[in-house]
Amino acid sequence: MTTATPAPTPATPAATRRSAAPRLRSTRGRAPGGTRPRSAERPRRSVLLTVLTGIVLLYSLVPLVWLVVNATKTQGDLFSSFGLWFGDSFALFTNIGQTLTYDDAIFVRWFLNTVLYVVLGAGGATALAVLGGYGLAKFTFPGKRAVFAVVIGAVAVPGTALAVPTFLMFSQLGLTNTPWSVIIPSLISPFGLYLMWTFAAEAVPTELMEAARIDGATEARTFAQVCLPLLAPGIVTVLLFTMVATWNNYFLPLIMLKDPDWYPLTLGLNAWNAQAATAGGEAIFHLVITGSVLTIVPLVVAFLLLQRYWQSGLSAGSVKE
Amino acid sequence: MSQTAVVAAVPPAAGALPRRRTRARWAGWGFVGPFMAVFALVFLAPIAYSLWISLFRTQLVGGTTFVGLENYQRALEDPQFWSALGRVTLFLAVQVPVMLGIALLVALAIDSGRLYGRDFFRISIFLPYAVPAVVATLMWGFMYGTRFGLVGNINEAFGVSLPNPLSPDLVLAAIGNIVTWEFVGYNMLIFYAALRTVPTSLYEAAQIDGAGQWRVITAIKLPAIRGALVVAGIFSIIGSFQLFNEPSILQSLAPNAITTYFTPNLYAFSLSFSGQQYNYSATVALLMGVLTMVIAYVVQLRGMRKEA
Repeated sequence: MTTATPAPTPATPAATRRSAAPRLRSTRGRAPGGTRPRSAERPRRSVLLTVLTGIVLLYSLVPLVWLVVNATKTQGDLFSSFGLWFGDSFALFTNIGQTLTYDDAIFVRWFLNTVLYVVLGAGGATALAVLGGYGLAKFTFPGKRAVFAVVIGAVAVPGTALAVPTFLMFSQLGLTNTPWSVIIPSLISPFGLYLMWTFAAEAVPTELMEAARIDGATEARTFAQVCLPLLAPGIVTVLLFTMVATWNNYFLPLIMLKDPDWYPLTLGLNAWNAQAATAGGEAIFHLVITGSVLTIVPLVVAFLLLQRYWQSGLSAGSVKE
Repeated sequence: MSQTAVVAAVPPAAGALPRRRTRARWAGWGFVGPFMAVFALVFLAPIAYSLWISLFRTQLVGGTTFVGLENYQRALEDPQFWSALGRVTLFLAVQVPVMLGIALLVALAIDSGRLYGRDFFRISIFLPYAVPAVVATLMWGFMYGTRFGLVGNINEAFGVSLPNPLSPDLVLAAIGNIVTWEFVGYNMLIFYAALRTVPTSLYEAAQIDGAGQWRVITAIKLPAIRGALVVAGIFSIIGSFQLFNEPSILQSLAPNAITTYFTPNLYAFSLSFSGQQYNYSATVALLMGVLTMVIAYVVQLRGMRKEA
């Protein structure tokens, strides 16, 4: 409980808050008492439907199985054994060791770069989106309609369309080939702002903010102590989206960075793969494959642990349309 | 803190009202301001800058000269630009309906409650979204390969010779498959999340009226998720027109099949980084940006109007 909640009117805000919580949670399909209780009689399960949907399931999973299986092979086995089964030798740990040490452990450097870009880029993008979304949802201010129009327009402008112009401008400013050239453009997520905006409009009761103001709290304090805790589920969703976007970013660093020392993992893996095609380049397909596995493991883990937030974020984004 | 604050804040409230209003009027900017400042730097400024340089031409001899709309005229008469645009339009017309169709069918299947292991399906089919485009493309690129890929395995095992997916004729379909694999689960989850918000009372009413599954889908479920369908459609249109990562990465595996002007984005990229034609590159990027926005806007208008 926050200290800013005033003693004279405890009933109203607390009640509003409690009623707001299940409304948000219900879209995750977890709460049986939410807006959508499944009817008492469950529909009968169908083997045929399960098998048909299973085709899509196989389509989704088989490539990942291929990747993991082939990360256990030596380069020789890659060429000589069947793709979806193990080779003669089990070289997973050798491959991991080689991946991490190849070329003076450049893979580790790429990993740390990626972490840097994700922490500053996605973290910053989330912070800006949370502040902005809250401001748009809970305040009326001069120019709000213009902000609305510009940002909605920007949702339709994809990052790749901006990358070349941004590069041209950043090269004038001397920012290219520095980490800033990747971090600064990552700071803006119009989709994140939009999600946070719809989320804040529902999750933060205006009465609660009024109560805090009457209590004498500044706007900053009202936000940090009263509203921020209520926004937490939305923040996690936005953070997940911006993290995946930054972790998977390819076009922007490809354009901005020349020096392999600043590459993120995605760019590094592509460089390793292209190495085989260049004259005199050593073919290291087993390292590309093992490196790919290592690149997706953190994301897949984060994703499985936090998967319920994905769906709540996606429903907030689509239902509001 | 609360006791003293209440005492201090309540009595002067009436007198301080106008000042408080003014503060509140501008307080929103305190929250929106940081976003808008960075937004101006990384969205508005690059657009303005590329608008500006698209009006000039830089030559080794003669330097930079103002040419007005000549670059735009050049783009509209450029067969490579049109070839790239045609390719992504074909991609849009085939890949997007296939992907959204599969996503919708899976979402309806999961929502119907008739699957064994519903959550396993939902999570597993969404999983590819977590895989970076680079990894997805390299992985599929290897599998497509006739040397150590699955296509090579199948050829060997059955003594057949399947057509090479990375040949010039098939590479667009091969890319379509990669993009479908990456985003089918994402779109499925958008649809499924929307389906979950349909009130059960509607289904009960339909049941009482004796409506079958098919009627429930066409009369209740599809209209209810129209918003989600429009959103997914817009995102997919944008994605198709801005296609870059997959062809760019496949280039090292299929150098003969993917030209430097394979998609408009790839063309703009090649113009900038191989051709040093920054002015023209900015023009192509701008044209594609405008075209994407217009089409996304039209889809949104059409999608929303049907609802009324």
